[in-house]
Amino acid sequence: MSGPLLVVADLVTHFPIKAGLFRRVVGHVRAVDGVSFHLDSGETVGVVGESGCGKSTLGRSVLRLVEPDDGVVAFKGEDVLSVDKTRMRELRREMQMVFQDPFASLNPRLPVRDTVAEPLIIHGTAKQEARQKADELLEAVGMRPEHGNRYPHEFSGGQRQRVGIARALALDPSVVILDEPVSALDVSIQSQVINLLDDLQHRFGFAYLFIAHDLSVVRHVSDRMLVMYLGKVVEAASRADVYDSPAHPYTHALLSAVPVADPGVERKRKRIVLEGDLPNPGSPPTGCRFRTRCPIAHELCAIETPPAVDVANGHMVACHFPIERGETLLDRVAQLGRSVGVIGG
Amino acid sequence: MEVQGLTVEFPTEDGLVRAVRGVDMHIAEGEVLGIVGESGSGKSVTALATMRLLPKRAQVSGQVLFEGRDLLTLSDRAMRGVRGSDIAMIFQDPMTALNPVFTVGEQIVEMIRAHAPVGKPLAWKRTVELLDLVGISEPSRRARQYPHEFSGGMRQRAMIAMAVANRPKLLIADEPTTALDVTIQAQVMEVITEVQKAVGSALLLITHDLGLVAGIAHRVQVMYAGRVFENGATDEIFYRSVNPYTKGLLRSIPRLDAKEKTRLYTIPGLPPSGLSRNEACPFRPRCEFADAVCGTVPELVEVVPGHQSRCHHTQEVSM
Ligand SMILES: Nc1ncnc2c1ncn2[C@@H]1O[C@H](COP(=O)(O)OP(=O)(O)OP(=O)(O)O)[C@@H](O)[C@H]1O
Ligand SMILES: Nc1ncnc2c1ncn2[C@@H]1O[C@H](COP(=O)(O)OP(=O)(O)OP(=O)(O)O)[C@@H](O)[C@H]1O
Ligand code: SF4
Ligand SMILES: [Mg+2]
Ligand SMILES: [Mg+2]
Repeated sequence: MSGPLLVVADLVTHFPIKAGLFRRVVGHVRAVDGVSFHLDSGETVGVVGESGCGKSTLGRSVLRLVEPDDGVVAFKGEDVLSVDKTRMRELRREMQMVFQDPFASLNPRLPVRDTVAEPLIIHGTAKQEARQKADELLEAVGMRPEHGNRYPHEFSGGQRQRVGIARALALDPSVVILDEPVSALDVSIQSQVINLLDDLQHRFGFAYLFIAHDLSVVRHVSDRMLVMYLGKVVEAASRADVYDSPAHPYTHALLSAVPVADPGVERKRKRIVLEGDLPNPGSPPTGCRFRTRCPIAHELCAIETPPAVDVANGHMVACHFPIERGETLLDRVAQLGRSVGVIGG
Repeated sequence: MEVQGLTVEFPTEDGLVRAVRGVDMHIAEGEVLGIVGESGSGKSVTALATMRLLPKRAQVSGQVLFEGRDLLTLSDRAMRGVRGSDIAMIFQDPMTALNPVFTVGEQIVEMIRAHAPVGKPLAWKRTVELLDLVGISEPSRRARQYPHEFSGGMRQRAMIAMAVANRPKLLIADEPTTALDVTIQAQVMEVITEVQKAVGSALLLITHDLGLVAGIAHRVQVMYAGRVFENGATDEIFYRSVNPYTKGLLRSIPRLDAKEKTRLYTIPGLPPSGLSRNEACPFRPRCEFADAVCGTVPELVEVVPGHQSRCHHTQEVSM
């Protein structure tokens, strides 16, 4: 196959804001507002950003679990947004989603073997064969055969997440969208699930879109990354570029806000504290959406939306004044004679 | 505060849940103590027991000494006097402390006046100062607003303002930033530590985020299955842990400063259920050092002064 597996271009998904007695539409939340990326087979693209920035909506829009308003989603060259229902059902075999809360996505009245077998049966596999495949899948995600007869409530969060993963993999998809797959899990269980996902990727060659708000987890699993802020991708680059030489002020601030579990590092490190809250996504700031919290914003930032530009070998950044390689946000702030909240150091 | 042999059990339909199984804990004036451990290890129940905030059916025993008095034997009335003035609590969900039908300012004024004979105008003035201290801009206007008019991070700040209103000697924060975004989390942690220093309180920080304690705790206590597994100065725990569980936990965290896409260490298996009556070391089924000796629960013993660990194989683990 030539070209990427999945291409998303200028994707837009807006939700109406309804108010008043007659639930009239008074505006729109621009949950995903012109997002582009691609995903190759066997690779992991991480999506990070704070609550409400549109990560889940992006994942759901790709699968048309919510209908995008505009843009292109091409899977193996096929235009996903224009296919009919029947074809979409077929496409969903190849593009699966795993949710944060496996409890909500598992049927409480079904033994987990049947839950895993269900998509196979729906797509025409004989019952007996489907159950057998389900057992193999449960084994592949590290569960014991006797677990198959049990119900979701009899399992821990980590085990339920394994069941959710087994179900998503049943139809042998090529793309798996993982929406916060480990966010609800404890560290020791989280690492089990992350390693499992890694093993399965090596074995079966899945491509992952890995959505999470935990930057340490995403650093661990991703080949490339998208950093989102209020419906837009502000930075898209290889993992090394994002973590070692971030160009967007928001990425700098986000990375600096994450505490590292190492007292020596924490004592030395200067952590930037951004001012203010996330703006209301129903009425985002004009121009650059980050400008209300950006410590280096200029007049231009309020007037013009910064386009995504390539600063080096596919390292894309949407900022009028990107931070350069080797420079830090604090350097830039100092150079401008401004100040920003800092802890530690 | 000094906690001795704290035990908490809950009778449930499935049997007796032994949530806390003999916890000793002390915190000195002005000290920052981090309590870490997995979900269900008994962190919150320990904190709630010291504050006497557990439901009635909880069976609590042991001692919670605060300035010489055992809080567990105080009258309800005396305990109400302690809560909010000597010891105050910051919760994960600010709405457990804030009342939606009163303005934020009214609630802080109420909190001040419940513990000290202060007139309304003075209490209001203090309230505005407190809101300013926790970094709420336009504090006098904000004080007149209701909690629902605040964002999540601002509500958390308002609750912190309320908690420190009477300059408590001990501040207990249970997952204070878990529900917040990282950039807001950084703001709120900064506020908590600033305020704690300004007021001079001790801080008991309960969290599952080892990064959070690395930055601010003087000492760390690691809990597993209702017991303290390790206790020591922050650097001792992070760099010289001698406990198999702590070590496993530290190794399984994905690190932001990891250089390569390396494989994570994993602790196999799951923590035991609260119902377990097993008298073996609760970590035994997951532990690489386990052998026959581990059929009994090890004691928490001192390894070096100020550093204790609960493990039969401390010698091997430290090598
Ligand atoms: N079905 C919906 N109807 C209306 N608004 C919605 C809907 N789903 C999401 N939104 C809004 O769209 C924006 C993006 O939400 P989304 O759930 O995609 O964010 P997210 O990045 O996944 O956040 P989180 O980290 O909290 O999961 C938010 O402002 C949200 O309130
Ligand atoms: N009211 C209750 N009734 C019965 N069992 C309870 C009650 N409260 C807590 N428990 C049990 O006590 C044990 C310890 O719970 P606790 O809330 O202290 O854990 P924790 O360490 O704070 O976990 P988390 O990180 O999830 O907050 C758990 O097994 C829990 O199910
Ligand atoms: S475009 Fe302007 S406001 Fe936006 S991030 Fe860049 S400098 Fe800051
Ligand atoms: Mg989401
Ligand atoms: Mg808790």
